[in-house]
This record gives sequence, C-alpha cells and structure tokens, in this order.
Amino acid sequence: MIVGEQKPLAEIMELLGDARKVLVAGCGTCVTVCFAGGEKEVGILASELRMKSKLDDHPMEVDEVTVQRQCEWEYIDPLGEQLDEYDVVLSLACGIGVQAMNERFPDAITLPGLNTTFLGLPEEQGVWEERCQACGDCILGLTAGICPIARCSKQLLNGPCGGSQNGVCEIDPDVPCAWQLIWDRAVKLGRVDQLMEIQSPKDWSRSRDGGPRKIVREDLRLEDLE
Amino acid sequence: MATAEEKSLPTGSDCLQSARSGSNGSETNGYKSGSNLEKVLSAGHFAVTGELGPPQGADPEHILHKAKLLAGAVDAVNITDNQTAVVRMSSIASGVLAMREGLEPVVQMTCRDRNRLAIQADLLGAHALGMRNLLCLTGDHNVFGNHPTAKNVHDLDSVQLIRMVKDMRDDGVFQCGDDIEGVCPSFFIGAAANPFGDPFEFRPYRLAKKVAAGVDFIQTQLIYDIPRFREFMEKVVDMGLHEKVHIMAGVGPLKSSGMARYMRDRVPGMIVRDEYVDRMLAAIAGIPKEEKAARRKAWRETGIKICIEQIQEMREIEGVAGIHIMAVEWEEAVPPIVEGAGLLPRPTVD
Repeated sequence: MIVGEQKPLAEIMELLGDARKVLVAGCGTCVTVCFAGGEKEVGILASELRMKSKLDDHPMEVDEVTVQRQCEWEYIDPLGEQLDEYDVVLSLACGIGVQAMNERFPDAITLPGLNTTFLGLPEEQGVWEERCQACGDCILGLTAGICPIARCSKQLLNGPCGGSQNGVCEIDPDVPCAWQLIWDRAVKLGRVDQLMEIQSPKDWSRSRDGGPRKIVREDLRLEDLE
Repeated sequence: MATAEEKSLPTGSDCLQSARSGSNGSETNGYKSGSNLEKVLSAGHFAVTGELGPPQGADPEHILHKAKLLAGAVDAVNITDNQTAVVRMSSIASGVLAMREGLEPVVQMTCRDRNRLAIQADLLGAHALGMRNLLCLTGDHNVFGNHPTAKNVHDLDSVQLIRMVKDMRDDGVFQCGDDIEGVCPSFFIGAAANPFGDPFEFRPYRLAKKVAAGVDFIQTQLIYDIPRFREFMEKVVDMGLHEKVHIMAGVGPLKSSGMARYMRDRVPGMIVRDEYVDRMLAAIAGIPKEEKAARRKAWRETGIKICIEQIQEMREIEGVAGIHIMAVEWEEAVPPIVEGAGLLPRPTVD
C-alpha cells in the first residue's frame, strides 16, 4: 500500500495561510489503512484546525469529506459542485490524490496535508516499513524475494557493502541489512548460486530517471473496444 | 597474474590499436596500466600503499606537505574521495598535486556521488592527467557526512564500476557500448574487501565477484582481528582468488586507547580485538592525565609498534601481496612503520 504521514499542524496552518473556509478531504483506501488520511483522521484534523484557528484569533470554518479513492475520477467528480464554497481543499490523500484533485478541479486550490512516504506494509500494529520503490524492473526473482532497491540504503545489486555488521545497516542499528536478509534466505532456499552472478548496471530509465512513466493498454482502452 | 599481452584482447577498437602501437602516448609495455604499483606487484615484491586525505579547502600546500611525508615510503598512495561523505578537494585534483611531489596516486572513486556519465568523464580526465591506479568503491553513506540531506547516486555498485573500468581499458568501450575515441583510459583497477563485514560467509564470494568483474588489486578494511582475517584468507586461498588478484592487507597505527575503543564500539563494519585496546591502555600506565604530551608520545610509539608487528604477521599469511597503511592525518607515522617492518627502500621496477 501507499503509506503516508500527516504533516505537522504548524506546517499545515502555514500552508492554509489566510483561508477562512476549508474542506478537509480524506481518502478511503491506502491512507485509511495506514491511519493517516481516512475518515477518522479527517475528523480529528478538522477539529484541531477549528480549535487552533480560534486560539489564533483567525477562526476557520472547516468541513469534512472522505471519498472512496481520491485517485480516481469517478470518486472525486461528485465533489466538484461544492468546491466553489471553499478557499482551500486540504487533502489527506497521497500525492496522487492531491494531484488528481488539482487536475480535475483546476479552479480550486487543493493542498497536501500528508507527506506520502513510501510503498510498504505494516510490519506490526503501528509500524510500517518500505518494501518497493516502483523501479519498473522487478528483480525480486534474483534476490531471494527481498528488494535491495528499496531496502539497501545504497541500492546495491551485487552483495553487501563493507558497512553491514551483525545483520544491520551502517546507517542505523534499527535498519536491517537487506543483503544479510537476502543471503540468509538464499542459504535457506539453497539458492546461493544466484547471488554469485554479476548483476549488470540497472536500467534506471524504467525507473523515475526516465521521466514520468505511463502504461497504455490498448486492449483495455474504450476506443478499441467500440 | 596475466599481463595484458598474455591475455587475448579484442582487436576491433581504434583506441586499442593505437594504444598498442604506442602512437598516442599510452604505451604500457605489456602492463595493463604501467603504474608503479602494478609493476611492483607484478614483479612479486611485497607492495606498500598509503593513504592521503585531501583538505576541506582549496590549499594545494596541504596535499604537497602530506605528499612529501609519504614520498619514498610507499609505492603509491590512495587519495580519498569525499571520505566519510565529507566534502573535500577532489581525488583527481589532489592526485595531480601529489604527482608533483613524485608520489603515484591511487584515485579513489565512489559510486555515491557520481552516475556512470560523471564517473567515465572523470576517468578520461584522470588518465589524461597521468593517473594510472583507480580504487572502485561503494562509498560511505551520506548520512555520516556533512551533507546528510544530499541525494545519493548509486547508479552503479562497486562490482559494476570495476567491470565498466575494465571494459574501458580492455575493450575500448564506454559502459553504453560506444567506442572510446583515441586513447582509452587504462587503469590498474583496485577495489576494497572487508573481511569483517557481515554476512561473513558471503565475503569471499563478494571478493570472487570483484575478481570476475576484472579487479587487479584489493585493499582490505583496517585489520584489528588477525585470526578472523586469517580465516577469510584461508577461504580466499582455497578458492584460488589470491592467484587472480593482488591482495593488500589494510593496517593503520592506533593513536590512542580512545581511538581503539571508538573503532571497536562505534565504527560499522569494523572488529577490534580487546588486546589492542588493552595494549594502548597499558602504554599510558603510570603517566598522569595532565601530562598530555607524554601520554600522546607513549600512545603513538605503541601504535607504531603494534602496526609493525601486524605487518610482520600479515607477511606470513598466504595470499597477502602487500600492505595498505591507513594513517590519515598522521602521515608522519608511515615512514617509520615501513622502515620498522623492513620494507625500505621501496623497489624500483622498469
């Protein structure tokens, strides 16, 4: 899932500036599951904004809405009619949702209330960790199912650097060394030979380095179906 | 070690043809690079390299001064590349200055700060300026340095970097496959190995990957755990890697008991046996804390003594072809260490 984290209230207040009427817009998908931007968080943040703006002698009128998915036109289109009433929409969706709102409603100003942090999973209740960088060229089949692009702090493809010790990365004793994990699992699976192959330089053009990426599936396009 | 002449080199590239005919000034006489370090190691001498850390400023005197201290005591000197991710004078520029003092540089190149375009451009320049040794490194992570919010690169890793540099030298091609025009950069290619990093069982295989990628010499991480280094070397020798690559053992004089403790407890990827900490503590036994100069002298004498003993032990380990002395910010220690180890004068090989 896409994991997000709410921005500090002070930063949100600064972003909102002089706005008098604000719509806090949540998203019912990824950011709901990671407790960052669902209906509940929208309610809490809206209350905080009302209280803080009152304390600051700059009372805001704050409304709340949460849609199923802020990254799909069909779910956000119904919001269109009411947006005229607001100075600002504060989106608690990921960066995709914020951009979808700005793209669909160019006359309204939609601002981000979250930092979109990574693609990851909840390791345990209250703990999320990154697992994928959407590099566009998956190598999990070569690395014992553990991604060194997302999980090695240097994105190494041919084994651990010299900073791996006692299973942890040199950057932080709380960060497991991806290559230790890869090695341990490869040993368990009897697939160590795979790690002896030299991996060639990665084709980063399939990652963000090639510019914004796009997929066109002709078999799914409506013009083709007609 | 196979020299360039013995190997079957591809013949298609213009730059190779001209390099062989010697028409472009890069005649290497059958050597891969013709560097002093390559010649010393190829002749079977026990080689000695040192390390020189460039300044966090633009004063050439800093390099020239350190180079004077090291000249004559080492076969070549590593010039670090933004070591510990702190911005310093560039390795290549510093190398030019070191050469003025008659010191042969080993240019260190990390994958942290440059992508494949920048690295190749710098390698063309380094060769044009007369540099012939290159050490291919991953690089310390930027969180350790003075620009922790920088974007790191890691377009290539060290194994891929080795392969790229080898292909530039032996096949006359850039990483993309395009031919290099005219002179090809021909480096004696080095890399690091850390026998103390984990997973320990992977380390000899990681070295094997570097050998397969085309590395010519290896310098290890600082060794303060000789039994573990021996264990590593036994595996390396079993795998026959010592016959394919020159392995130089990394040593460095301890400056104080505090430094020994710090490296033991705080530096990732290092193992320091308690005996070294204890000996450094014993060195100052009976000297009151206030007598700083006396403590410093006692520490430094013991540090140099330990280092000499270590080198003597390393020389007895099968597969060790030389030593790499890391005495950054204590370059003065290198000549007495090399002399104490009976490794002076340094050989000259034509």
